[in-house]
Amino acid sequence: MTYKERFDGRKFDEIRPMEAKAGIIPRADGSAYFKIGKSVAYVAVYGPRNLFPKFLQNPEKGILRCSYNMMPFSSGGERVRPGGNRRSKEISMVTEKALLPVVDLNEFPNAVVDVFIELPQTDAGTRCAGICAAAIALADAGISMRDLVAAVSVGKVDDKLVVDLNYDEEAHEAGSTDMPVAMMPRTGQISLLQMDGDLSKEEINKCLQMATKALRQIYEVQKKALKHKYEGESI
Amino acid sequence: MNSELRQNVLKSLEAGIRLDGRKTDEYRKISVEYGISVNAEGSARVKIGETEILAGVKLSVESPYPDSPNQGTMMVGAELLPLSNPEFEAGPPGIQAIEIARVVDRGIRESETIDTKKLCIKEGEKAWTVIIDICTINDDGNLFDASALASMAALQNAVFPSYENEKIDYKKKTKEKLPLSKAPVSVTVMKIDKYFIVDPLPEEERILDARLTVATTEDGKICAMQKGGDTPLSIEDVDRMIDIAIEKTQELRGHLKR
Repeated sequence: MTYKERFDGRKFDEIRPMEAKAGIIPRADGSAYFKIGKSVAYVAVYGPRNLFPKFLQNPEKGILRCSYNMMPFSSGGERVRPGGNRRSKEISMVTEKALLPVVDLNEFPNAVVDVFIELPQTDAGTRCAGICAAAIALADAGISMRDLVAAVSVGKVDDKLVVDLNYDEEAHEAGSTDMPVAMMPRTGQISLLQMDGDLSKEEINKCLQMATKALRQIYEVQKKALKHKYEGESI
Repeated sequence: MNSELRQNVLKSLEAGIRLDGRKTDEYRKISVEYGISVNAEGSARVKIGETEILAGVKLSVESPYPDSPNQGTMMVGAELLPLSNPEFEAGPPGIQAIEIARVVDRGIRESETIDTKKLCIKEGEKAWTVIIDICTINDDGNLFDASALASMAALQNAVFPSYENEKIDYKKKTKEKLPLSKAPVSVTVMKIDKYFIVDPLPEEERILDARLTVATTEDGKICAMQKGGDTPLSIEDVDRMIDIAIEKTQELRGHLKR
Protein backbone atom coordinates (compact mmCIF):
# COMPACT_ATOMS: atom_id res chain seq x y z
CA MET A 1 0.00 0.00 0.00
CA THR A 2 1.24 3.44 -0.80
CA TYR A 3 0.14 6.86 0.41
CA LYS A 4 -1.52 8.08 -2.79
CA GLU A 5 -3.49 11.02 -1.60
CA ARG A 6 -2.98 13.08 1.54
CA PHE A 7 -5.64 12.75 4.23
CA ASP A 8 -6.60 16.41 3.89
CA GLY A 9 -6.31 16.48 0.10
CA ARG A 10 -3.15 18.61 -0.09
CA LYS A 11 -0.44 18.12 -2.69
CA PHE A 12 2.63 16.40 -1.25
CA ASP A 13 4.65 19.62 -1.26
CA GLU A 14 1.79 21.83 -0.11
CA ILE A 15 1.71 23.44 3.33
CA ARG A 16 -1.49 23.95 5.29
CA PRO A 17 -3.29 27.34 5.20
CA MET A 18 -1.54 29.93 7.35
CA GLU A 19 -2.57 32.98 9.28
CA ALA A 20 -0.18 35.37 11.01
CA LYS A 21 -0.65 38.49 13.10
CA ALA A 22 1.80 40.76 14.86
CA GLY A 23 1.11 42.66 18.06
CA ILE A 24 -1.78 40.69 19.54
CA ILE A 25 -0.80 40.94 23.21
CA PRO A 26 -0.85 44.57 24.33
CA ARG A 27 1.11 44.01 27.56
CA ALA A 28 4.05 42.39 25.79
CA ASP A 29 6.94 44.27 24.19
CA GLY A 30 6.33 42.25 21.06
CA SER A 31 3.87 39.51 20.20
CA ALA A 32 2.52 37.36 17.43
CA TYR A 33 -0.05 34.76 16.46
CA PHE A 34 0.77 32.06 13.93
CA LYS A 35 -1.64 29.43 12.74
CA ILE A 36 -0.79 26.66 10.31
CA GLY A 37 -3.61 24.21 9.68
CA LYS A 38 -5.03 23.52 13.11
CA SER A 39 -1.83 24.26 15.03
CA VAL A 40 -1.91 27.63 16.76
CA ALA A 41 0.89 29.50 18.55
CA TYR A 42 0.73 32.66 20.62
CA VAL A 43 4.06 34.29 21.40
CA ALA A 44 4.95 37.18 23.67
CA VAL A 45 8.40 38.75 23.89
CA TYR A 46 9.49 40.67 26.99
CA GLY A 47 12.77 42.51 27.05
CA PRO A 48 15.54 43.27 26.92
CA ARG A 49 14.96 43.40 30.67
CA ASN A 50 16.96 42.82 33.84
CA LEU A 51 17.90 39.24 34.47
CA PHE A 52 17.77 37.77 37.97
CA PRO A 53 19.25 35.87 39.75
CA LYS A 54 22.37 37.78 38.87
CA PHE A 55 24.62 34.78 38.28
CA LEU A 56 22.62 34.03 35.13
CA GLN A 57 23.71 37.31 33.58
CA ASN A 58 26.25 37.50 30.82
CA PRO A 59 28.32 40.70 31.07
CA GLU A 60 29.25 40.49 27.40
CA LYS A 61 25.86 40.25 25.78
CA GLY A 62 22.17 39.68 26.41
CA ILE A 63 20.62 36.26 26.79
CA LEU A 64 17.75 34.80 24.80
CA ARG A 65 15.42 32.62 26.85
CA CYS A 66 12.60 30.64 25.22
CA SER A 67 9.81 28.70 26.79
CA TYR A 68 7.47 26.37 24.88
CA ASN A 69 4.24 25.34 26.57
CA MET A 70 1.14 23.45 25.50
CA MET A 71 -2.04 24.62 27.18
CA PRO A 72 -3.69 21.82 29.19
CA PHE A 73 -6.62 21.56 26.75
CA SER A 74 -4.61 21.93 23.54
CA SER A 75 -3.95 18.33 22.65
CA GLY A 76 -6.04 15.88 20.67
CA GLY A 77 -5.65 13.29 23.42
CA GLU A 78 -5.74 13.53 27.19
CA ARG A 79 -5.30 16.74 29.14
CA VAL A 80 -1.69 17.92 29.21
CA ARG A 81 -0.54 18.33 32.79
CA PRO A 82 0.59 21.91 33.35
CA GLY A 83 4.15 22.65 34.38
CA GLY A 84 6.14 21.29 31.48
CA ASN A 85 7.88 18.01 30.89
CA ARG A 86 11.05 16.68 29.26
CA ARG A 87 9.63 17.22 25.79
CA SER A 88 8.69 20.86 26.37
CA LYS A 89 12.07 21.57 27.94
CA GLU A 90 13.91 20.17 24.95
CA ILE A 91 11.71 22.05 22.49
CA SER A 92 12.32 25.27 24.44
CA MET A 93 16.04 24.68 24.10
CA VAL A 94 16.06 23.91 20.38
CA THR A 95 13.77 26.87 19.75
CA GLU A 96 16.28 29.09 21.48
CA LYS A 97 19.05 27.75 19.26
CA ALA A 98 16.86 28.20 16.19
CA LEU A 99 16.32 31.90 16.91
CA LEU A 100 19.69 32.83 18.38
CA PRO A 101 21.57 33.25 15.06
CA VAL A 102 19.30 36.09 13.92
CA VAL A 103 19.08 38.20 17.07
CA ASP A 104 21.72 40.74 17.98
CA LEU A 105 21.99 40.96 21.75
CA ASN A 106 25.43 42.57 21.89
CA GLU A 107 23.94 45.86 22.96
CA PHE A 108 22.26 44.37 26.02
CA PRO A 109 24.85 42.93 28.41
CA ASN A 110 23.37 41.44 31.60
CA ALA A 111 19.88 41.57 30.11
CA VAL A 112 17.46 38.88 28.98
CA VAL A 113 14.97 38.68 26.15
CA ASP A 114 12.17 36.31 27.13
CA VAL A 115 10.17 34.51 24.47
CA PHE A 116 7.03 32.77 25.72
CA ILE A 117 5.40 30.35 23.29
CA GLU A 118 1.93 29.11 24.20
CA LEU A 119 -0.12 26.62 22.22
CA PRO A 120 -3.90 26.66 22.69
CA GLN A 121 -4.53 24.13 19.92
CA THR A 122 -2.19 21.56 18.38
CA ASP A 123 -2.16 19.38 15.28
CA ALA A 124 1.55 18.55 14.78
CA GLY A 125 4.27 20.96 13.70
CA THR A 126 3.89 23.00 16.87
CA ARG A 127 7.57 23.69 17.52
CA CYS A 128 7.75 25.07 13.97
CA ALA A 129 4.62 27.17 14.44
CA GLY A 130 6.14 28.45 17.69
CA ILE A 131 9.37 29.44 15.95
CA CYS A 132 7.49 31.20 13.12
CA ALA A 133 5.47 33.20 15.64
CA ALA A 134 8.51 33.89 17.83
CA ALA A 135 10.44 35.42 14.92
CA ILE A 136 7.54 37.76 14.17
CA ALA A 137 7.21 38.66 17.87
CA LEU A 138 10.94 39.39 18.24
CA ALA A 139 10.78 41.72 15.25
CA ASP A 140 7.62 43.31 16.66
CA ALA A 141 9.50 43.91 19.93
CA GLY A 142 12.09 45.89 18.00
CA ILE A 143 14.98 43.51 18.71
CA SER A 144 17.79 43.93 16.14
CA MET A 145 17.62 40.98 13.79
CA ARG A 146 19.59 39.83 10.79
CA ASP A 147 16.63 38.00 9.31
CA LEU A 148 13.45 36.25 10.37
CA VAL A 149 13.41 32.52 11.05
CA ALA A 150 10.84 30.33 9.33
CA ALA A 151 10.22 26.72 10.26
CA VAL A 152 8.30 23.76 8.89
CA SER A 153 8.40 20.02 9.29
CA VAL A 154 9.04 17.79 6.32
CA GLY A 155 9.28 14.04 6.20
CA LYS A 156 7.86 10.85 4.87
CA VAL A 157 4.45 9.27 5.22
CA ASP A 158 4.50 5.64 4.18
CA ASP A 159 6.67 5.94 1.05
CA LYS A 160 5.93 9.55 0.08
CA LEU A 161 7.98 12.63 0.94
CA VAL A 162 5.69 15.33 2.29
CA VAL A 163 5.76 18.87 3.62
CA ASP A 164 4.06 20.05 6.82
CA LEU A 165 2.74 16.81 8.32
CA ASN A 166 -0.43 17.00 10.36
CA TYR A 167 -1.25 14.73 13.29
CA ASP A 168 -3.02 12.09 11.23
CA GLU A 169 0.00 11.83 8.94
CA GLU A 170 2.40 11.59 11.85
CA ALA A 171 0.26 8.75 13.19
CA HIS A 172 0.02 6.94 9.82
CA GLU A 173 -0.14 3.21 10.40
CA ALA A 174 2.49 2.45 7.73
CA GLY A 175 4.95 4.66 9.60
CA SER A 176 6.03 8.24 9.20
CA THR A 177 9.17 10.31 9.51
CA ASP A 178 9.16 13.82 10.87
CA MET A 179 11.97 16.29 10.24
CA PRO A 180 11.44 19.81 11.59
CA VAL A 181 13.59 22.40 9.85
CA ALA A 182 14.12 26.07 10.70
CA MET A 183 15.90 28.35 8.31
CA MET A 184 16.93 31.93 7.86
CA PRO A 185 15.25 32.42 4.51
CA ARG A 186 17.59 35.09 3.15
CA THR A 187 20.71 32.97 3.44
CA GLY A 188 19.25 29.48 3.51
CA GLN A 189 21.18 28.68 6.71
CA ILE A 190 19.59 26.01 8.88
CA SER A 191 19.20 26.75 12.59
CA LEU A 192 17.02 23.82 13.67
CA LEU A 193 17.17 20.31 12.38
CA GLN A 194 15.70 17.28 14.06
CA MET A 195 14.50 14.00 12.67
CA ASP A 196 12.89 10.86 13.87
CA GLY A 197 12.01 7.99 11.63
CA ASP A 198 13.69 6.55 8.62
CA LEU A 199 15.13 8.48 5.67
CA SER A 200 18.00 7.85 3.28
CA LYS A 201 20.58 10.56 2.68
CA GLU A 202 19.03 11.24 -0.72
CA GLU A 203 15.59 11.55 0.83
CA ILE A 204 16.93 13.98 3.44
CA ASN A 205 18.34 16.10 0.65
CA LYS A 206 15.09 16.03 -1.23
CA CYS A 207 13.20 16.92 1.95
CA LEU A 208 15.45 19.89 2.61
CA GLN A 209 14.79 21.15 -0.92
CA MET A 210 11.06 20.82 -0.30
CA ALA A 211 11.43 22.60 3.03
CA THR A 212 13.34 25.48 1.45
CA LYS A 213 10.51 26.06 -0.99
CA ALA A 214 7.85 25.91 1.72
CA LEU A 215 9.80 28.19 4.02
CA ARG A 216 9.86 30.92 1.37
CA GLN A 217 6.06 30.94 1.47
CA ILE A 218 6.03 31.06 5.26
CA TYR A 219 8.57 33.90 5.19
CA GLU A 220 6.22 35.96 3.00
CA VAL A 221 3.35 35.40 5.45
CA GLN A 222 5.58 36.46 8.37
CA LYS A 223 6.73 39.62 6.61
CA LYS A 224 3.18 40.47 5.62
CA ALA A 225 2.04 40.21 9.25
CA LEU A 226 4.72 42.65 10.36
CA LYS A 227 4.10 45.05 7.50
CA HIS A 228 0.39 44.93 8.17
CA LYS A 229 0.85 46.04 11.77
CA TYR A 230 3.11 48.95 10.93
CA GLU A 231 1.28 49.97 7.76
CA GLY A 232 0.76 53.69 7.61
CA GLU A 233 3.21 54.41 10.40
CA SER A 234 6.05 56.70 9.48
CA ILE A 235 9.51 55.56 10.50
CA MET B 1 4.91 55.52 43.44
CA ASN B 2 1.65 53.87 44.52
CA SER B 3 0.69 56.76 46.78
CA GLU B 4 0.90 59.14 43.86
CA LEU B 5 -1.15 56.76 41.73
CA ARG B 6 -3.68 56.49 44.55
CA GLN B 7 -4.00 60.27 44.74
CA ASN B 8 -4.65 60.46 41.00
CA VAL B 9 -7.22 57.67 41.07
CA LEU B 10 -9.00 59.21 44.05
CA LYS B 11 -9.03 62.63 42.47
CA SER B 12 -10.78 61.34 39.40
CA LEU B 13 -13.14 59.13 41.42
CA GLU B 14 -14.20 62.22 43.31
CA ALA B 15 -15.37 63.59 39.97
CA GLY B 16 -17.15 60.29 39.36
CA ILE B 17 -14.84 58.94 36.67
CA ARG B 18 -12.05 56.40 36.35
CA LEU B 19 -8.54 56.66 34.89
CA ASP B 20 -9.85 55.56 31.50
CA GLY B 21 -12.96 57.73 31.64
CA ARG B 22 -15.40 55.02 32.68
CA LYS B 23 -18.04 55.39 35.35
CA THR B 24 -17.48 53.56 38.64
CA ASP B 25 -19.93 50.75 37.85
CA GLU B 26 -19.11 50.46 34.16
CA TYR B 27 -17.46 47.41 32.57
CA ARG B 28 -15.25 47.68 29.55
CA LYS B 29 -16.39 46.02 26.31
CA ILE B 30 -16.99 42.32 26.90
CA SER B 31 -16.86 39.61 24.26
CA VAL B 32 -17.33 35.85 24.52
CA GLU B 33 -16.24 33.55 21.72
CA TYR B 34 -17.05 29.83 21.82
CA GLY B 35 -15.04 26.89 20.51
CA ILE B 36 -11.63 28.49 20.17
CA SER B 37 -9.65 25.26 20.55
CA VAL B 38 -10.86 22.32 18.49
CA ASN B 39 -9.12 19.63 20.53
CA ALA B 40 -10.68 20.63 23.84
CA GLU B 41 -14.07 19.13 24.64
CA GLY B 42 -15.21 22.72 25.16
CA SER B 43 -13.49 26.08 25.01
CA ALA B 44 -14.05 29.82 25.04
CA ARG B 45 -12.27 33.12 24.78
CA VAL B 46 -13.35 36.04 26.92
CA LYS B 47 -12.17 39.58 26.43
CA ILE B 48 -12.91 42.35 28.87
CA GLY B 49 -11.32 45.44 27.43
CA GLU B 50 -7.79 44.32 26.63
CA THR B 51 -7.83 41.47 29.14
CA GLU B 52 -7.97 38.19 27.28
CA ILE B 53 -8.55 34.72 28.76
CA LEU B 54 -8.83 31.29 27.20
CA ALA B 55 -10.59 28.50 29.03
CA GLY B 56 -10.75 24.89 27.95
CA VAL B 57 -12.52 21.81 29.21
CA LYS B 58 -11.06 18.31 29.06
CA LEU B 59 -12.99 15.22 30.10
CA SER B 60 -11.61 11.96 31.34
CA VAL B 61 -12.99 8.84 32.98
CA GLU B 62 -11.78 8.05 36.50
CA SER B 63 -12.96 6.03 39.43
CA PRO B 64 -15.26 8.13 41.63
CA TYR B 65 -14.27 9.17 45.15
CA PRO B 66 -15.25 6.53 47.73
CA ASP B 67 -17.47 9.02 49.60
CA SER B 68 -19.49 9.84 46.47
CA PRO B 69 -19.44 6.64 44.40
CA ASN B 70 -22.31 7.75 42.16
CA GLN B 71 -20.87 11.12 41.15
CA GLY B 72 -18.34 12.51 38.72
CA THR B 73 -15.96 15.29 39.69
CA MET B 74 -15.02 18.77 38.59
CA MET B 75 -11.73 20.61 38.88
CA VAL B 76 -10.53 24.08 37.93
CA GLY B 77 -6.93 25.06 37.21
CA ALA B 78 -5.62 28.52 36.40
CA GLU B 79 -2.32 29.49 34.90
CA LEU B 80 -1.17 33.07 34.96
CA LEU B 81 1.05 32.67 31.94
CA PRO B 82 4.22 34.77 31.86
CA LEU B 83 3.18 35.60 28.30
CA SER B 84 0.31 37.72 29.59
CA ASN B 85 2.01 40.03 32.07
CA PRO B 86 5.68 40.99 32.54
CA GLU B 87 5.35 40.34 36.27
CA PHE B 88 4.09 36.77 35.98
CA GLU B 89 6.83 34.20 36.40
CA ALA B 90 7.16 30.76 34.92
CA GLY B 91 6.82 27.81 37.25
CA PRO B 92 4.15 26.20 39.37
CA PRO B 93 1.01 28.28 40.07
CA GLY B 94 1.55 30.96 42.69
CA ILE B 95 -1.02 31.99 45.26
CA GLN B 96 -2.61 34.49 42.85
CA ALA B 97 -3.35 31.74 40.29
CA ILE B 98 -4.48 29.33 42.99
CA GLU B 99 -6.91 31.88 44.41
CA ILE B 100 -8.45 32.57 41.00
CA ALA B 101 -8.83 28.85 40.31
CA ARG B 102 -10.40 28.17 43.69
CA VAL B 103 -12.81 31.09 43.54
CA VAL B 104 -13.93 30.09 40.02
CA ASP B 105 -14.19 26.48 41.22
CA ARG B 106 -16.45 27.43 44.13
CA GLY B 107 -18.72 29.55 41.94
CA ILE B 108 -19.31 26.64 39.58
CA ARG B 109 -19.37 23.88 42.19
CA GLU B 110 -21.67 25.54 44.70
CA SER B 111 -24.13 26.71 42.07
CA GLU B 112 -24.57 22.99 41.36
CA THR B 113 -24.79 23.81 37.68
CA ILE B 114 -23.05 20.53 36.81
CA ASP B 115 -25.22 17.56 37.69
CA THR B 116 -22.36 15.39 38.94
CA LYS B 117 -24.68 12.39 39.34
CA LYS B 118 -25.22 12.41 35.58
CA LEU B 119 -21.45 12.16 35.16
CA CYS B 120 -21.47 8.73 36.74
CA ILE B 121 -20.98 5.90 34.25
CA LYS B 122 -20.88 2.92 36.62
CA GLU B 123 -21.42 3.43 40.31
CA GLY B 124 -18.28 3.04 42.37
CA GLU B 125 -16.21 2.29 39.28
CA LYS B 126 -16.34 4.87 36.53
CA ALA B 127 -17.38 8.49 36.29
CA TRP B 128 -16.49 11.50 34.15
CA THR B 129 -14.06 14.07 35.50
CA VAL B 130 -14.46 17.57 34.12
CA ILE B 131 -11.32 19.68 34.20
CA ILE B 132 -11.49 23.36 33.35
CA ASP B 133 -8.20 25.10 32.63
CA ILE B 134 -7.90 28.86 32.54
CA CYS B 135 -5.00 30.46 30.64
CA THR B 136 -4.31 34.18 30.58
CA ILE B 137 -3.27 35.70 27.25
CA ASN B 138 -3.23 39.37 28.23
CA ASP B 139 -3.68 40.72 31.74
CA ASP B 140 -5.18 44.16 31.69
CA GLY B 141 -6.98 43.77 34.98
CA ASN B 142 -10.00 41.89 36.34
CA LEU B 143 -8.78 38.34 35.78
CA PHE B 144 -11.33 37.10 38.35
CA ASP B 145 -14.46 38.03 36.41
CA ALA B 146 -12.96 37.20 33.02
CA SER B 147 -11.82 33.76 34.25
CA ALA B 148 -15.20 32.89 35.73
CA LEU B 149 -17.02 33.99 32.59
CA ALA B 150 -14.62 32.09 30.31
CA SER B 151 -14.93 28.95 32.43
CA MET B 152 -18.72 29.03 32.31
CA ALA B 153 -18.66 29.60 28.54
CA ALA B 154 -16.23 26.71 28.03
CA LEU B 155 -18.55 24.44 30.05
CA GLN B 156 -21.50 25.48 27.90
CA ASN B 157 -19.47 24.71 24.81
CA ALA B 158 -18.36 21.25 25.96
CA VAL B 159 -19.52 17.94 24.51
CA PHE B 160 -18.65 14.40 25.59
CA PRO B 161 -16.11 12.51 23.52
CA SER B 162 -17.08 9.07 22.30
CA TYR B 163 -16.79 6.39 25.01
CA GLU B 164 -17.03 2.78 23.97
CA ASN B 165 -15.79 -0.43 25.56
CA GLU B 166 -14.37 1.58 28.45
CA LYS B 167 -12.20 3.66 26.13
CA ILE B 168 -12.41 7.33 25.25
CA ASP B 169 -11.89 8.31 21.63
CA TYR B 170 -10.99 11.99 21.88
CA LYS B 171 -11.00 12.28 18.10
CA LYS B 172 -14.69 11.43 18.00
CA LYS B 173 -16.92 13.96 19.65
CA THR B 174 -20.55 13.22 20.40
CA LYS B 175 -23.32 15.82 20.30
CA GLU B 176 -24.08 15.31 23.95
CA LYS B 177 -23.57 18.43 26.04
CA LEU B 178 -22.56 18.51 29.70
CA PRO B 179 -25.48 18.29 32.17
CA LEU B 180 -25.66 21.99 33.11
CA SER B 181 -28.62 23.66 34.74
CA LYS B 182 -27.44 27.15 35.65
CA ALA B 183 -24.98 29.82 34.62
CA PRO B 184 -23.08 31.18 37.63
CA VAL B 185 -21.27 34.44 36.91
CA SER B 186 -18.85 36.36 39.12
CA VAL B 187 -18.63 40.06 39.66
CA THR B 188 -15.78 41.54 41.67
CA VAL B 189 -16.37 44.86 43.39
CA MET B 190 -13.37 46.89 44.57
CA LYS B 191 -13.27 49.36 47.36
CA ILE B 192 -10.81 52.22 47.09
CA ASP B 193 -11.16 54.70 49.94
CA LYS B 194 -14.91 55.32 50.07
CA TYR B 195 -15.52 54.45 46.44
CA PHE B 196 -16.77 51.22 44.90
CA ILE B 197 -15.77 50.22 41.39
CA VAL B 198 -16.11 47.20 39.11
CA ASP B 199 -13.87 45.83 36.35
CA PRO B 200 -10.58 47.32 37.59
CA LEU B 201 -7.56 48.26 35.51
CA PRO B 202 -4.18 46.91 36.73
CA GLU B 203 -3.42 50.37 38.18
CA GLU B 204 -6.63 50.29 40.19
CA GLU B 205 -5.90 46.76 41.39
CA ARG B 206 -2.55 47.92 42.68
CA ILE B 207 -4.10 50.46 45.05
CA LEU B 208 -7.30 48.74 46.08
CA ASP B 209 -8.20 48.58 49.75
CA ALA B 210 -10.51 45.59 49.50
CA ARG B 211 -12.31 43.50 46.94
CA LEU B 212 -15.27 41.19 47.07
CA THR B 213 -15.96 38.60 44.41
CA VAL B 214 -19.58 37.48 44.34
CA ALA B 215 -20.79 34.56 42.22
CA THR B 216 -24.50 34.41 41.54
CA THR B 217 -26.86 32.29 39.50
CA GLU B 218 -29.65 33.61 37.30
CA ASP B 219 -32.24 32.94 40.00
CA GLY B 220 -30.44 35.42 42.24
CA LYS B 221 -28.82 32.86 44.51
CA ILE B 222 -25.38 33.84 45.78
CA CYS B 223 -23.23 30.74 45.57
CA ALA B 224 -19.70 31.88 46.39
CA MET B 225 -17.84 34.88 47.74
CA GLN B 226 -14.26 35.84 48.36
CA LYS B 227 -12.97 38.91 50.10
CA GLY B 228 -9.51 40.11 49.19
CA GLY B 229 -7.28 43.06 49.89
CA ASP B 230 -5.62 44.18 53.13
CA THR B 231 -8.35 46.47 54.46
CA PRO B 232 -11.40 45.20 56.37
CA LEU B 233 -14.96 45.91 55.25
CA SER B 234 -17.95 47.04 57.31
CA ILE B 235 -21.28 45.21 57.11
CA GLU B 236 -22.63 48.21 55.19
CA ASP B 237 -19.75 47.94 52.73
CA VAL B 238 -20.46 44.26 52.13
CA ASP B 239 -24.15 45.01 51.69
CA ARG B 240 -23.43 47.69 49.12
CA MET B 241 -20.86 45.57 47.27
CA ILE B 242 -23.26 42.62 46.98
CA ASP B 243 -25.92 44.96 45.60
CA ILE B 244 -23.55 46.25 42.95
CA ALA B 245 -22.41 42.73 42.10
CA ILE B 246 -25.96 41.41 41.69
CA GLU B 247 -26.85 44.34 39.50
CA LYS B 248 -23.84 43.87 37.21
CA THR B 249 -24.23 40.08 37.02
CA GLN B 250 -27.12 40.45 34.57
CA GLU B 251 -24.92 42.35 32.17
CA LEU B 252 -22.16 39.74 32.26
CA ARG B 253 -24.56 36.84 31.95
CA GLY B 254 -26.07 38.53 28.91
CA HIS B 255 -22.89 37.64 27.02
CA LEU B 256 -23.39 33.91 27.60
CA LYS B 257 -25.42 31.75 25.26
CA ARG B 258 -28.74 30.63 26.61
